Amino acid sequence: MTPGIHHYLVVSALLFSLGLFGVLARRNLIVIYMSLELMLNAANLTLVAFSRFNENLNGQVMVFFIITVAAAEVAVGLALIVALYRKRRTADVDDLTSLRF
Amino acid sequence: MDPISHTAVASSNAQDLAWVVLLFPLISAASIPLGVGRSRALTHAMAIGAVATGFVLSVSLFLLFGFTKGGIHATPLPWLSVGGLKLQIGLTVDTLSTLMLMVVTGISTLVHVFSTRYMDGDRDYPRYFASLGLFTFSMLGIVLSDNLVQTFIFWELVGVTSYLLVGFWHEKPSAADAAKKAFLTNRIGDFGFILGIILVWSAAGTVQFTDLAAKFHTDPRLLGGLTSLAGVLIFLGAMGKSAQVPLHVWLPDAMEGPTPVSALIHAATMVAAGVYMLCRVFFLLDLPAAWPGFLATLGGPSALGIIAWVGGITSLLAGLIAIQQNDIKRILAYSTLSQLGYMVMAVGCAGPDAAMFHLTTHACFKALLFLGAGSVIAGCHHEQDIWQMGGLWKRMPTTSICFAIGTAALCGLPIVTSGFYSKDAIFASALAADRPVLFAVGVLVAGLTTLYMARLYLVAFLGEPRSESAGHAHESGTPMTLPLVILALPSVTLGWLPIGSFLKEMSFGGGHPHYPDSITDILFDPFNHSPLGAVLGLGLIVFGGFVAVSLYWNATVDPLPKTLGWVSTALRSRLFFDAIFDRVVVPIHDAIAALFGLIDRWLLQGLVVRGGSGAVDLVGRGLRLVQTGNIQTYGFLFVIGVAVLVILALK
Repeated sequence: MTPGIHHYLVVSALLFSLGLFGVLARRNLIVIYMSLELMLNAANLTLVAFSRFNENLNGQVMVFFIITVAAAEVAVGLALIVALYRKRRTADVDDLTSLRF
Repeated sequence: MDPISHTAVASSNAQDLAWVVLLFPLISAASIPLGVGRSRALTHAMAIGAVATGFVLSVSLFLLFGFTKGGIHATPLPWLSVGGLKLQIGLTVDTLSTLMLMVVTGISTLVHVFSTRYMDGDRDYPRYFASLGLFTFSMLGIVLSDNLVQTFIFWELVGVTSYLLVGFWHEKPSAADAAKKAFLTNRIGDFGFILGIILVWSAAGTVQFTDLAAKFHTDPRLLGGLTSLAGVLIFLGAMGKSAQVPLHVWLPDAMEGPTPVSALIHAATMVAAGVYMLCRVFFLLDLPAAWPGFLATLGGPSALGIIAWVGGITSLLAGLIAIQQNDIKRILAYSTLSQLGYMVMAVGCAGPDAAMFHLTTHACFKALLFLGAGSVIAGCHHEQDIWQMGGLWKRMPTTSICFAIGTAALCGLPIVTSGFYSKDAIFASALAADRPVLFAVGVLVAGLTTLYMARLYLVAFLGEPRSESAGHAHESGTPMTLPLVILALPSVTLGWLPIGSFLKEMSFGGGHPHYPDSITDILFDPFNHSPLGAVLGLGLIVFGGFVAVSLYWNATVDPLPKTLGWVSTALRSRLFFDAIFDRVVVPIHDAIAALFGLIDRWLLQGLVVRGGSGAVDLVGRGLRLVQTGNIQTYGFLFVIGVAVLVILALK
C-alpha cells in the first residue's frame, strides 16, 4: 500500500499534539523549547506532504524559510536560557516569576 | 504728477515714523538685558537716545499731521481674524495722539536724564532703565492705538510695567505690597473695561475707532438700552488707571517706587492714560442716556453724568486728604488724584478738549513737582517728611525756584502759569454743561490745592531747617537740576497756547473754536471767555494762600490736628478708605476665595481628580488578579480557544 496524503497529515497532527502537550505540560525550559521545535517540524511535514501531492514546489520553499528562522530562533532562545541558567541556577519555569506582580 | 498726489505719497511714508517712535524704546529695553546692561554709560545712553529720538520724531509728526483734521493712519499690521473679529496693530496719527506723544516722550526723556543721577549707585541700574523703556513703549502703544483691543493690550502692558517699577525695590515689603495693590486694583477696573469693549464690539461689529465713530454717528442708538452701561464699563477702566474714587487707593501707595518713576508714571503719563482713553472714545460716552429695564423708567443718568460726578468727588476728597499728609510724595500723590479728578470731571462735562489741555499742562508741572521732590529727597538723604525739612531755599536754590514755579502752576496762579488757563477751561466746561454743583466743587478744590501746596512749600522750603539732614541738604548736580529748569519753562508758558480750542476744532468737532488774537487777549483770555470761573478761582486761590500763610508761616508743628480734632484724624487716615477696604472688601473677598478654595480642594481636586484616578486604580488592582503570569496557562487557554473556534468554523 502506498501512503496517501492523509497518512502524512495524521503523523503530522500527532507530532503537533505531542509538541503542544510538551509546551503546555512540561516545566523545564529546554524541554519546552524542544517541544516547540517539534511543533514547527510538524508544520514542515505538512507543507512538504502537500507540496509532493500537489506537484509544485511552493511548500518546500516555505519549509526552507521555516528551518532558517527556526535555527535563528533556537540560537537566540538557547542563548537566553543559558544566560538565565547562569544567573538563576535553574531552568524551571515555576521558579522564574520575578516579572509577575 | 500733480502736487496733491505728490503730498499724499510723501505723507504716507512720513506717518510710518510713528512705528519708529513706538519701537525704539522697546528695542532699547530689550537690548539692555541682552548685553548693553553690562555698561552703565551704554545703558543710559541707549535708553535716553531711544526716548529723545522719539521726542524729536513726535514733534515732527505733530508738525506734519497735527494740523490735519481727522488724522492719518500709519501702515497697519494685520494681526488676527477670529470669526467676526478682525484685528490689526494700527497707529493713529492725529492731533490728539501726536500731542500726547510729545507729552509722553518729552517727559520720559527728562525723567531718564534725571534718573541717571537719582538711581546712580543702585545695584539694579540696568533693570531700572529696561523697565522705564518698556513702560514708555507700552504707554506709546496706548497713545497710538487705533482700536479698542490694541488699547486694552497696551493698557495691560502699562499695568505690568507699573507693577515692575512700583516694586522696583522689591526686597522692601512695603514696595512689594504697593506693587501688588496697584496691580490688583487696576485689574478690577480693567475687567469692566474689557466687558465694555466686548459690549461695543458685539453691537457694532468692529473695534476700530474710526469705524466705531462713523457707526455711532449714523446711528446713536446702536447699543439700544446698553448705551450708558457700555460707557460706564469703559469708564471703569479709566477709573482704575486714572485712580478715581473708590479705585484710587493704589496711587498713594505707588509712591513706594523710585521718585522719577512717580514723576513719569504716577503723575504725568500713565495715570493720564485713563483720561486720554476717555477722550479717544468720547463719541461713545457722549451718546444719549439709555439704560435697560427698570433703570430706564427711573431715568438713569447718562454715562457722562456719572463720569463727571466720579471725577468731581475724587478731586474733592483727594484735595481734602492732601491737606493733612506729611510725606512730600504723598501730598503730591493726592494732588495728582485731585487733578485727575478735574480731568475726568471735564470729560464728564462734555469738555474733552479742556481735559486734554489740563492733562498736557498738568503733565509738565506735576512732573516738575515730582522731580523737584526727588531732588529734595536725594538732597536730604532720603528724608520724605516735610516736617523734617525746612529752609531748603537757601541750600537748594535751583530746586526751590523750580518747585515754586511748579507749585504756582498747580495752584493756577493767573497769567504767569499754565495751570491757570487749563483749570479755567475745566471750570468753563462745567458751566457750559450746566453743572453748577460740580463747578462749585472745582472752584473749591482750587482753593484746597493752594492750601496744601502752599503748606508744603512753606514747611519744606521756607523757615528754618528742622533736622540734621535738612541742614546739610545740597543740590545733586546738573542731571537732576537741568530737567527741572527745562520743565519749568512749559509750566509757565504752555497755557498761552490755545491747546484746548485747537483740539476742539481738530479732534472733537467743536463748531466755533475760539482763538485769542492779541497778546493781551491771550493773557487775559479766561477773564474774557469765562469770567465767573476765573474770578472765583482767583478768589479761592488768594483765600487758600492766605489760610496757608497764616497757619504755616514759620510753623514748627502742624496746628491743624489741634484745631480740627477728629476731622484732621480722618484726613490723616485718608478718610478711612484703606481701612474700609481692609475691613469690608478684603474679608468678603477672602470669604469668597475660601469658598472657592474649598470647592477646588474637595470637589474638584478631591472628588473629580483624585476620585477619577482612584476608581481607575481600584479597577486595575481588581483586574490584575485575573492574570496568573504563567505563560503555559495562557497557552493552554489559547489552544482551547483555537479549538473551539475551529470546531465552530467547521460546523
